[in-house]
Amino acid sequence: MIRDEQKQPSVSVQQQTMADYLSPLVRGIKPSGIRRFFDLVSTRKDVITLGVGEPDFVTPWHVREAAVYSLETGKTQYTSNAGMPELRGAIGQYLHDQFSVEYNPATEVLVTVGGSEAIDLALRALIAPGDEILIPEPCYISYSPITALSGGKPVGIETYAKDEFKLKAESLKAVITPRSKVLILCYPSNPTGGTMTFEDWLPIAKLVEENDLIVISDEIYAELSYGSKHVSFAAMPGMKDRTILVSGFSKAFAMTGWRMGYACGHSDLIAAMLKIHQYTVMCAPIMAQYAALEALQHGLEEKDRMVEAYNQRRRLVVKGFREIGLSCHEPQGAFYAFPSIASTGLTSEQFAQRLLDEANVAAVPGDVFGLGGEGHLRCSYATSVANLTEAIERIGQFVYKLKRQG
Amino acid sequence: MNELQLKVLELLKEDARRDAELIATMLAVPAVEVKQAIAELENEHIIVKYATVVNWSKIDDQKVTALIEVQITPERGRGFEGIAERIYLYPEVKSVYLMSGAYDLLVEVEGKNLKEVASFVSNKLSPIDAVLSTKTFFILKKYKQDGIIFEEHEGDHRLMVSP
Repeated sequence: MIRDEQKQPSVSVQQQTMADYLSPLVRGIKPSGIRRFFDLVSTRKDVITLGVGEPDFVTPWHVREAAVYSLETGKTQYTSNAGMPELRGAIGQYLHDQFSVEYNPATEVLVTVGGSEAIDLALRALIAPGDEILIPEPCYISYSPITALSGGKPVGIETYAKDEFKLKAESLKAVITPRSKVLILCYPSNPTGGTMTFEDWLPIAKLVEENDLIVISDEIYAELSYGSKHVSFAAMPGMKDRTILVSGFSKAFAMTGWRMGYACGHSDLIAAMLKIHQYTVMCAPIMAQYAALEALQHGLEEKDRMVEAYNQRRRLVVKGFREIGLSCHEPQGAFYAFPSIASTGLTSEQFAQRLLDEANVAAVPGDVFGLGGEGHLRCSYATSVANLTEAIERIGQFVYKLKRQG
Repeated sequence: MNELQLKVLELLKEDARRDAELIATMLAVPAVEVKQAIAELENEHIIVKYATVVNWSKIDDQKVTALIEVQITPERGRGFEGIAERIYLYPEVKSVYLMSGAYDLLVEVEGKNLKEVASFVSNKLSPIDAVLSTKTFFILKKYKQDGIIFEEHEGDHRLMVSP
């Protein structure tokens, strides 16, 4: 007869879970707040969602057709690690034409699996354990976790609605220490829609120079600039060699699912990133590279039409939020409005949760984007005019109800 | 045609129910200017009509549409205009185009059934003196009209929330 104690695993095994095998670095990373909210939203029906961080346009047909043709003609192999030379050439030309930055396609351009890979490569290439990585917030949710994964220490820099969420030199200066190594910039900004002009950049560039920082400039939303034309940080005087410019095709060309991004920078830095890239992913998928090439060669007009559509909706939502009594700075880029819901007395989480429950509108609570996000709501206007009109109507009724209840 | 009128037209082409207030917001111009632009476009018959695009095949299986290639002898002094008018005044006729190439007019005719269209061609269209010949092609299915896809398969496949 087997005694009960013998059926039980030994105490040490019982207490050990598989998660204990994980690297402390990975265990230390919190799951994204967006993920939690996603699970909540996906259980519901008839929700109007302003929570989507991608274009509502399907990739233009000629671009899709180019990928189909590449498959039909047997383009199913690896490409050069850095990406097809034609595509790198086209990227170099495009950046020159649109944003006045010069890169040698042979040594200074790297095609990656989405802008996300480019950011990861840049951080991995640059970070030594304990390096401090400066990140203006609210910001895209992945900078801080992947900084930590590479052994860096993320240091948030708060930005404010009163400054239209621009990065201010005094805020940057306040966090710089001798361990500061990298500044991650993302303008136009997800989630705030904030942008930086030439004049806004000048004092930042000065600090970068004085403190010998390297900049990773995530300019994935560059094309979606509505006020003045986008100024690449790499185009600032003296900044090109210090800057790794990251961008991609997802937002401007409505190509999120293709995972096509790129990094441009000094050949020493790009070579280091290429080394990691070649050992980890080999190369970006060839059919997606052909699609991206088509987008650059023949997709600029279509892109401009999409940008104009976002701009029209942007005006609609900003006016809408202001009319229902939520203060909303005017976002000059990306496709997000970031209204303040502080006047309702609720936290971002409470507001987003109740908005979903009581008005069937999904939007992302601002606090998931880090410092300065609390009290705001990220509302993507990459959706139809009809949806936006209805969403504003519903949010308006919800806010009215909240304020009447006191 | 000024730039504002062009932009207004583009927005109305997408959705004719958009009102001047909404269009004004989307274009960041005062509503009175949009109202004025629309009034001018209407007066000049640049905006001809606000009509609804209907997919009739969903409710009426019998209804048929034919495209008819018509060769005609133009009239001295008036060219094709007079004959075209004689044809397009029939309510059965949905559209008439003057074409380059092997024939002159392309006429779209709609009828309750096949017989009705055939009867229109033989009793009304062909007997016109100037009409030399007709070739009738029946439309089996409409996939897209005026840039509008009738059976859209590319719905919104995005995740409800994403970073």
